[in-house]
Amino acid sequence: MSMLTLKRGATADDLTPRGPRESLISRGAAMLIMGVFTLYFLTPIWWLFIASTKDRGDLLTTAPLWFADWNLFENIGDLISYDGGIYLRWILNSLGYAGLGALLATVFAGMCGYALAKYRFPGRELFFNVVLGGVLVPATALALPLFLLFSQVNLTNTFWAVLLPSIVSPFGVYLTRIFASASVPDELIEAGRLDGAGEVRTFFTISVRLMTPALITVFLFQFVTIWNNFFLPLIMLRSQELFPITYGLFAWNTQLNQIPELRTYVLVGSFLSIIPLIIAFLMLQRFWQSGLGNGSVK
Amino acid sequence: MQHTKRAVATGVALLSAIALAGCAAGSGTDGSADAATCTPADGKVTLEFTSWIPGIEDVAAMWNEENPDIQVKVQTGPNGNSGTYQSFFSQLKAGNAPDLGQIEYDALSSFRVQDGLADLSACEDVVAAEDEFIPWTWGQVTLGSEDGVYGIPQDSGPMALFYRSDLFEANGIDVPTTWEEYKAAAVKVRAAGGYITNFSTADINQFAGFVWQNNGGWFANDGEKWTVDLTDDATTQVADYWQELLDEDLVSTYPAWTEEWNNAYNSGEVWSWNSAVWGANSIASGAPDTAGKWSVAASPQWEAGGTSSGNWGGSSVAVFKGTEHLYEATKFALWLNTSDEALTALNKSANIYPATTDGLNLASLKEGVEFYGGQPIYDVFAEAASQVNPDFVWGPTMTQTYADVSDGFQKAVTGQGTLLESLQSAQESTISTLKAQAIPVAE
Repeated sequence: MSMLTLKRGATADDLTPRGPRESLISRGAAMLIMGVFTLYFLTPIWWLFIASTKDRGDLLTTAPLWFADWNLFENIGDLISYDGGIYLRWILNSLGYAGLGALLATVFAGMCGYALAKYRFPGRELFFNVVLGGVLVPATALALPLFLLFSQVNLTNTFWAVLLPSIVSPFGVYLTRIFASASVPDELIEAGRLDGAGEVRTFFTISVRLMTPALITVFLFQFVTIWNNFFLPLIMLRSQELFPITYGLFAWNTQLNQIPELRTYVLVGSFLSIIPLIIAFLMLQRFWQSGLGNGSVK
Repeated sequence: MQHTKRAVATGVALLSAIALAGCAAGSGTDGSADAATCTPADGKVTLEFTSWIPGIEDVAAMWNEENPDIQVKVQTGPNGNSGTYQSFFSQLKAGNAPDLGQIEYDALSSFRVQDGLADLSACEDVVAAEDEFIPWTWGQVTLGSEDGVYGIPQDSGPMALFYRSDLFEANGIDVPTTWEEYKAAAVKVRAAGGYITNFSTADINQFAGFVWQNNGGWFANDGEKWTVDLTDDATTQVADYWQELLDEDLVSTYPAWTEEWNNAYNSGEVWSWNSAVWGANSIASGAPDTAGKWSVAASPQWEAGGTSSGNWGGSSVAVFKGTEHLYEATKFALWLNTSDEALTALNKSANIYPATTDGLNLASLKEGVEFYGGQPIYDVFAEAASQVNPDFVWGPTMTQTYADVSDGFQKAVTGQGTLLESLQSAQESTISTLKAQAIPVAE
């Protein structure tokens, strides 16, 4: 890169320095670096896709990054019918935990952040700092205490055992507070009050719309966090009808020695399980971008 | 890889330390649990049983049909060390452990030390069943104690030598019957462009199996104190032997059960594997292209004409402390692990190799196996099962010991340090882990 710069420096062009020319090179370098990283991140997914299309024999004996016999649909069929269709159940569970959990987490974090930003009450900063401290506590460290708590009320090994801890998002509170104080004008809330709207109505009809980008972000973050959360289900759940997809695939993976055909199912299952995440991102990214754009125009 | 292992081991150690600390604090609840006696309950009983054996639900369903008064509810999860033991410890701590759980032999001691297991010797049926089991498997569940019984043996992993009969024959190499011959064969195999076997650094259990075969012993418990000796004469002999093979580049060192490992066997790079009975399935699934080319022979011996076998793996069904249905739980556990119908079903669904002497003669274990050229390979393992030293005892902190030895072994195969040095340092860290958990150690 420095070679190029030197060469270019020697031309007459350089006497009248022009911004766009300079940026062509740095742009090229940026593209190159991004290209390398894209490759780095996409190769495993490509491998996973290729592996999902092979049967068990081909998986070991053919080139790992290119197709052999096309068996994807047979594999999916076998996967779905294995053990009474437990895989589909796991997908539904994951969608339930992550979808419902992220939705509730977003609503609660949004209301909490909004309240912290817009209302004055004693102990507000203290409360906020405690929540902020919560961001620093890793979910893994909480799993065992949570298990003991849930055991006391006989809620372990239930849907609630994974859902309830998932609706807490300290990071969401932090983000929505910052965003609400910047994007929801006090005058607008005042106007709503003068028109006779209650606080709850003001929040849901006016403020929520202004806070949409932050809320979408919180939803996405929480969705992915819950989807990937592994330790909590591991500690809480015993019945495989309740497993989320990550834990279910992990359990299969530990049984490879006993049932070799599970190898294919784990691969195909992993491949299928990332599709909902991709869909969620593609769909919600639109709102997210347009929301941020709206803000800047305003 | 190494770092992940370490991290996992540290995590497990930390969590078990937390669990231990909690146990000490909450010991007030233990008193009531001790009262469980082995008498039948009045009415209908539902037992909870956690196991990760594939197809165990179907076997339990067979029991449920015949025993309407003792219903068994099966719960599953990942392999023991991959998470299920962790949740057993949490559940024991919270006081809501299932009635029965699957526990591998090498993990039983840690549950015993944390006072998580019911003593089954209160049940006459259990005591009477001792004769049905292969003696060494019974030794695994009594944990070296005089009269306590802490589980019902489920399966065993006697070891024998899997080898590529076609390659050995084509190169004029005789099937080795002693470890000395094995080394001589290794030189010839290397000259022919292959490796005689793969030495996996992660599977300390395999190494322990070699030590077991050589009548070594790592742990002993006199009822109060634990003695730890990871470097006794037998172990030293085994470690030095494999060190030589490694130094002379006579064995490969792929991590077991990875794609490379499968590929090494599938492509004919690696020619033999001294492994447990369930290894038959690992080879068949990992090296599909070599079907029909494998055979099984007795493990090489340390002395010519010797008849000693090692063991790798195996598990038991234990009853957790706090169960209110000791009688029913042992009834089910005995049926599960001694009746022909259950053993046949378990063998079919998950290749479980029984721990009872009668179980070794199941019809399904007498047939020739196609992958092994039609050889009735289980006859070899049945022979090996009767030759396993009954006195081998596992320690109560095996997770940590395995992790430490494995770390050292991984360094040793890259030329830093030796296998024996890894065992020495694992010995020291095992003693300090025991002390840290307030488990008495005899110096």
